[in-house]
Amino acid sequence: MMRFRVAQPPALVDLRRVPGLSGLREENGHLWVGAMTRQAEIEKSGLTRRRYPLLSDAARVIADPVVRNLATVGGNVAHADPGNDLPAVMLAYGATMCAVGYPDRPAPSLSGEGSRSLPLAPEKREIEADDFFTGPFETALGEGEILTGIRIPSPSAGSGGAYAKLERKVGDYAVAAVAIQLRFHGGVIADAGVALTNVGLTAIRAEAAEGALNGSDGGDEALDRAAAAAAAAAEPMADARGSEAYKRAVVRTLTFRAASKAIARARGEAA
Amino acid sequence: MPECRGLGHSVLRKEDPRFLRGQGRYIDDITLPGMLYLDIARSPYAHAKITRIPEVGELGVPGVAAVITGKVLDQYKLAWMPTLMSDQQMVLPIDTVKYQQQEVAAVVATSRYAAADGVAALEGLIEYDPLPVVVDPHEALRPGATKVRDDKESNHIFHWEHGDRDATEKALADADVVVEQAMHLPRIHVASIETCGCVASWNPVEGHLTLYLTTQAPHAIRTVVALVTAHLGLAEHKIRVISPDIGGGFGGKVPVYPGYVIATAASVVTGKPVKWIEDRSENLAADSFARDYHMRARLGAKDGKVTALKLDTVADHGYSDAAANPSKFPAGLFHVATGSYDLEAAHVEVDGVYTNKPPGGIAYRCSFRVTEAVHAIERMVDLLARESGEDPADFRLRNFIPKDRFPYRSALGWEYDSGDYEAALTKAMDMIGYRDLRAEQAEKRARGEFMGLGISSFTEIVGAGPSKTFDILGIKMFDSAEIRIHPTGKAIARFGTKSQGQGHETTYAQIIAEELGIPPEDIAVEEGDTDTAPYGLGTYASRSTPTAGAAASIASRKIREKAKKIAAHLLEADEADLEWEQGRFFVKGSPDRGKTIQDIAFAAYTNHPQGMEAGLEAISYYDPPNLTFPFGSYICCVDIDRGTGEVSIRRFVAVDDCGVRINPMIVEGQIHGGLTMGMAPALMEEISYDADGNIHGGNFTEYLVPTAMETPKWELGETVTPSPHHPIGAKGVGESATVGAPAAIVNAVVDALWHLGVRHVEIPITPQRVWSLLDERGAALYR
Ligand SMILES: Cc1cc2nc3c(=O)[nH]c(=O)nc-3n(C[C@H](O)[C@H](O)[C@H](O)COP(=O)(O)OP(=O)(O)OC[C@H]3O[C@@H](n4cnc5c(N)ncnc54)[C@H](O)[C@@H]3O)c2cc1C
Repeated sequence: MMRFRVAQPPALVDLRRVPGLSGLREENGHLWVGAMTRQAEIEKSGLTRRRYPLLSDAARVIADPVVRNLATVGGNVAHADPGNDLPAVMLAYGATMCAVGYPDRPAPSLSGEGSRSLPLAPEKREIEADDFFTGPFETALGEGEILTGIRIPSPSAGSGGAYAKLERKVGDYAVAAVAIQLRFHGGVIADAGVALTNVGLTAIRAEAAEGALNGSDGGDEALDRAAAAAAAAAEPMADARGSEAYKRAVVRTLTFRAASKAIARARGEAA
Repeated sequence: MPECRGLGHSVLRKEDPRFLRGQGRYIDDITLPGMLYLDIARSPYAHAKITRIPEVGELGVPGVAAVITGKVLDQYKLAWMPTLMSDQQMVLPIDTVKYQQQEVAAVVATSRYAAADGVAALEGLIEYDPLPVVVDPHEALRPGATKVRDDKESNHIFHWEHGDRDATEKALADADVVVEQAMHLPRIHVASIETCGCVASWNPVEGHLTLYLTTQAPHAIRTVVALVTAHLGLAEHKIRVISPDIGGGFGGKVPVYPGYVIATAASVVTGKPVKWIEDRSENLAADSFARDYHMRARLGAKDGKVTALKLDTVADHGYSDAAANPSKFPAGLFHVATGSYDLEAAHVEVDGVYTNKPPGGIAYRCSFRVTEAVHAIERMVDLLARESGEDPADFRLRNFIPKDRFPYRSALGWEYDSGDYEAALTKAMDMIGYRDLRAEQAEKRARGEFMGLGISSFTEIVGAGPSKTFDILGIKMFDSAEIRIHPTGKAIARFGTKSQGQGHETTYAQIIAEELGIPPEDIAVEEGDTDTAPYGLGTYASRSTPTAGAAASIASRKIREKAKKIAAHLLEADEADLEWEQGRFFVKGSPDRGKTIQDIAFAAYTNHPQGMEAGLEAISYYDPPNLTFPFGSYICCVDIDRGTGEVSIRRFVAVDDCGVRINPMIVEGQIHGGLTMGMAPALMEEISYDADGNIHGGNFTEYLVPTAMETPKWELGETVTPSPHHPIGAKGVGESATVGAPAAIVNAVVDALWHLGVRHVEIPITPQRVWSLLDERGAALYR
């Protein structure tokens, strides 16, 4: 952004020394991921690999190792590039975004002017992932707000998830990618979350695909139906990564594959 | 006597400690006192009239000292410069730009940041009137097409042909099978890690110019600079070109780029050193491209024997023919296109065309258009084999030039020095388990899984070259070595070539070690400074070992001659009674009476025979009697993902024959890198343009350079067929893999899809391209 002079901010604010913004821990029925947590930390965490394979899968295919060592989870979702992988992951999990600041005010000016008129206590807000991604490079965060972290519901027994991404090379944004989280309840799939990366102006939640999975036994035919529904939910645009038809086809294939993997994991048949 | 690791030893590279510890000295590491920085404003249009360029004062950017335009350069007759192919190219435009991202004007500033801000301001203020654009070379040839060059009659640059047209047409008419196929090798870019740049330092007091330059050919550059600036009073002895460590050349650092000339002019005008380092986007969008050959081939066979090749080509050169070829070869060595096969007749034609694209046509790791030639013949031989109902391996084995026919004169007139093509392919087939893979393929196909096997049995042509045919702007393409042995038996050797990663500091030392018995670590190798190195034409087209490597041998042997005389003097023996073993002369029959090369070196300065000149040194300018013809057989095995169209290379076996291997580790490194660079255009890389001439592929998010993650495990094998005319039997190897690999990959993909009726796939074979082929034939899956 800055390299191509697309963004020319007058100053940069470094969040690294703000306490409490970084880290990864399970508490009170959810996984807390601090906004400043590096993507590499997620990728290497045994906790995410065991309990949050969808997140772990995604972390391993974001950009390349050099970028992941530097890039943060919060930066990834707050930037809201339709090509970013984590927004779809958060939609599939039904995650909650936690923010702090002054949602209705512009960013305080750097000269210090205006800061005097700020209310003493900043406000804390929780925004559901479904309401967070409002447009390309746009989120529900106000200018005077920062993201502090994300809460991902801890999966119950019989849950599984997977992320399937097609990229042209390591470090490339997805041609298309599919995030799926689901669980088995009484032998059938329940609470499926299906979301798509880089086939629309924002990450897309594919509710019809979720509907095709929910209540099914997870057999290939249900997966085919879910895959077709996900492809229909995609709103891709033709570019160098492929034509509209190709991207829809990829969504369809990847939905089938991600769902198969998520189901195998839910059944304890795959790591 | 110290251990001497000459030929055949995998000596660790002498240059690596400095590279691995970040101690390399590249162009951007050079900083001179008072240095200014140059940056270049570029055109957003592919063809436009420039209607306004603002004055420096209008920019309002602190630190910007000057704006340089084509009109300024024109006052010094420097707005245009000659290309290697007798065309001309703009340094800066006087009034019209011819491609998107072309240089429009330059900014000189006191810091790199100020220069960049100056360019951003300048680009916002320059005004244009857009003109019609022609992008497609076939369209450019049609009557009434938009004319690219105002100084030319048409968009047709040249017609070149070679071979016997009538004999070829007759043989094709007589053939019982003829295959025909159009294919495009798209524009690609070397994309070396280090972009191009220079520091020009003009000393107004001494009238002396030092040019630090990312160049593969420092001597030739010095001469060219002297020729184009003679009218300004600059003379060759007052020009010093220094080519420091180079972070990848691959042919992209042979040409002279406008930035070099502008920086030099800026230094002369300001009297201060001026640095210009291009950024990645400038490098990809404006520096010389490679390939861009639109070929149509016909290949015929009679009674199962391949007989004739006809190859017609439209070559897209962009707005100027700035190809880097030997001067008499507008299409390089493209006429090696009969490859490894014994053909009766062949005819090739090339038409060069102007379009609104950047100029170039460099030999990107391809020995002057050999990749294009190999792609054509290896694709066609595969097609012909399949259309004849024969396995492509068996078909090749039957049609190779037999090994007892070397030296072999090809239908297009080359004399191949040596080869054993059957041995290389047989070895590759054994290594990969070719027949078993064919059986597996049949089983898999029955299950609906698509795998394919592709072969490329290429013949390379490198080491330009014999001076009777090869020159660049009249300068013969010899190369040189100068060796000095110091009194303590250590040595320094200097060369007219310039390593860009090839490992010359090690391999040249090993050649001298072999010849003189001085260990490689005792020999310093220097290249790249025109004030100290002997004249040579530089490093590209795999020519360093065939030319300068041979010169190292010959110069060493001259030294050995003199050493023998000194030894005779020291041993009080007759020269005729002396015998040489590596590193030592001894008296025949009494092996203890001897003198080592180190003893002799000391004597050369302390106790040389009366009447003989002191010292121990020699120089050789080696003019090779012929080119060398490395070859190899590559076999690639691919699997196709029917759900996404992805091609994955499961196995890739590369058997290379480059004659005698000086340093096997370095040879293998060259092949590893070359294979990856061959895979890149086959599967990923391409620079393309839309109808308005907007570039696609001008940055690394669009131009897909493979990383280690995309690179399969290369499995290497070797055969050794020495070159009969090279002093140590070596051939070049820097480009074999880039030349040979793409066709093997394409052949494998076509093989995987053959049963669906697919006969050809254009490169790069992207997942989407494969998926479309599957989809059109109802063979795509969604699982
Ligand atoms: C070469 C390359 C390839 C990439 N490939 C991929 C890919 O394949 N998939 C993928 O998902 N991503 C990819 N990315 C993006 C990467 O993962 C990061 O998301 C991105 O670089 C942002 O990095 P950062 O975390 O340092 O955020 P920054 O650059 O610091 O911030 C990005 C934006 O978010 C805002 N922001 C950051 N933190 C907060 C916060 N706590 N609260 C509010 N706003 C905040 C910033 O103001 C800024 O606007 C790639 C990046 C690069 C450079």
